[in-house]
Amino acid sequence: MKNLMTIVSKELKVYFISPIAYVVTAVFLIITDFLFYLIAVNFTRISAQVLRSQGFMPQFNLQQMVFRPTYINMSVIMLFIMPMLTMRLFAEEKKSKTAELLMTSPVTLTEIVLGKFLAALAVFSIMLLMTFHMPLILTALTKVDWRPVLASYVGLLLLGGVFLSLGLFASSITENQIVAAVISLGLFLGLWLIGVASQGDVSTNSQAIVSYLSITEHLENFTKGLLDTRDVVYFGSLIILGLFLTHRVVESQRWK
Amino acid sequence: MIDVQHLTKRYGEISAIEDVTFSVAKGEVLGFLGPNGAGKTTTMRILTGFMPATSGRATVAGYDVFENPMEVKRRIGYLPETPPVYSEMTINEYLLFVAKLKGLRGKSIRPCLEMALQKCSLGDVAGRLIANLSRGYRQRVGLAQAIIHNPDVLILDEPTVGLDPKQIIEIRQLIRSLSGEHTIILSTHILPEATAICQKVVIINRGRIVAVDSQERLSAQLRRSEKITLRVARSSAELAGRLAAVKGVQQVTLEEGIPGGFVVESELGKDVREDLARAVVEGGFGLLEIRPISMSLEDVFLRLTTEENLEGRGRS
Repeated sequence: MKNLMTIVSKELKVYFISPIAYVVTAVFLIITDFLFYLIAVNFTRISAQVLRSQGFMPQFNLQQMVFRPTYINMSVIMLFIMPMLTMRLFAEEKKSKTAELLMTSPVTLTEIVLGKFLAALAVFSIMLLMTFHMPLILTALTKVDWRPVLASYVGLLLLGGVFLSLGLFASSITENQIVAAVISLGLFLGLWLIGVASQGDVSTNSQAIVSYLSITEHLENFTKGLLDTRDVVYFGSLIILGLFLTHRVVESQRWK
Repeated sequence: MIDVQHLTKRYGEISAIEDVTFSVAKGEVLGFLGPNGAGKTTTMRILTGFMPATSGRATVAGYDVFENPMEVKRRIGYLPETPPVYSEMTINEYLLFVAKLKGLRGKSIRPCLEMALQKCSLGDVAGRLIANLSRGYRQRVGLAQAIIHNPDVLILDEPTVGLDPKQIIEIRQLIRSLSGEHTIILSTHILPEATAICQKVVIINRGRIVAVDSQERLSAQLRRSEKITLRVARSSAELAGRLAAVKGVQQVTLEEGIPGGFVVESELGKDVREDLARAVVEGGFGLLEIRPISMSLEDVFLRLTTEENLEGRGRS
């Protein structure tokens, strides 16, 4: 446990000494906020139009019309920005030969892999927490139903975990950070595009399987305010798969 | 303290080391000598648990490297060829991280860190970013990293490579001051280094141990012949034959690039200069120069390893 904390705190230190964490967080926030602003303004314009033409204040669903698109947008931005958080984790360690220090120290490989993952997750959690001002701003203007909002955050956190664990895996197979980033991006887009392929049509078995594998499908449920164990299991198993693969890859590199 | 038995490491068909066996007693400094690519780093990596061997056994402080890697790792300080430093950290931050990584906890960290800084004379620069350090300082940080948890065994992979002469002397002094307390294995391809620091030398070439002995005995044993350089005004094949016929001469070779130059090797402890001179003068070849070549450890080493090379090629 202490070993794990040593790794986590070292990784966090590197994130915050270097500009990585700040730059990634800043870009993420600026883009998500801008999109949120567009969506919110559009929402008020539509509401005002309805008010003018129909003569009453429409009962639009704030979750459906503002939060859902915002969080879906956020997940798309994550798709592109998360590789930046994970690309150096193992690649840099190999390139600068510091892997030799870690692998000859009395810590287990599981502690190293888990430590790196948790540090990245911590940085991502901070990023995600900082987007929480969006629902907070809206509470000043209207009544917010918190349950679907919180469910969305749980979904995004799990999705982030999946991206980080797969990104960690990508970083473990190369010593070139750019290669690691591109591989992660490819993996994420792949998981994303499966959803486009199925397009919600689950009439045949194969379509049902494809649809189950898609990230979009599972995230949708969270943004609707549904906390389904199936979705949690889906994200959880992808996280474990990524970490397991990372562990095996790093271990196998010792034998070469 | 360290016992290595029949260690072999193969990468597919190619073997990096083959049947390496040696042992190091407590407090001893062992020099691991060999040309680049001889298998020094591979052996060290196996000892530190960084990579497993294909076959053979290695024990450090009584613990098997393969069966009990954690116990071994706790007792080893390892300086790889490239110092494993994080350039974005300061020396203090880095050593603090390593101390924790090596299992030091709480109050024991501070004195260990101070000790490492002081032994490697890093006290003045402890707050500086590693990225801004010179090669020599980085190397010292690497050493500090290796000794911070006061390990029984120190494994240093080419600790002086890439340093300037003054830094080399400093690092050697440091290593010498660490011996006795720690058992040290260091690798190098520079012979005077082994002469300067080590009590025992292992010469490795093409993955095989060529010689294991104490430094003095090794150089005596390896000096198998005396060498004499000879220059004449009128060279001919006949002269080479005459020289070879002199009693005690083992081999006569033409010296490349020097007209009329010969290198004559003779039995150890036998001075054949007088006889050689007579042979040249009697034949009327015009003796210009005759001079003994003192054979340095380098020559011996070089010859030993190249001889092995030829042998190896003959086999394959």
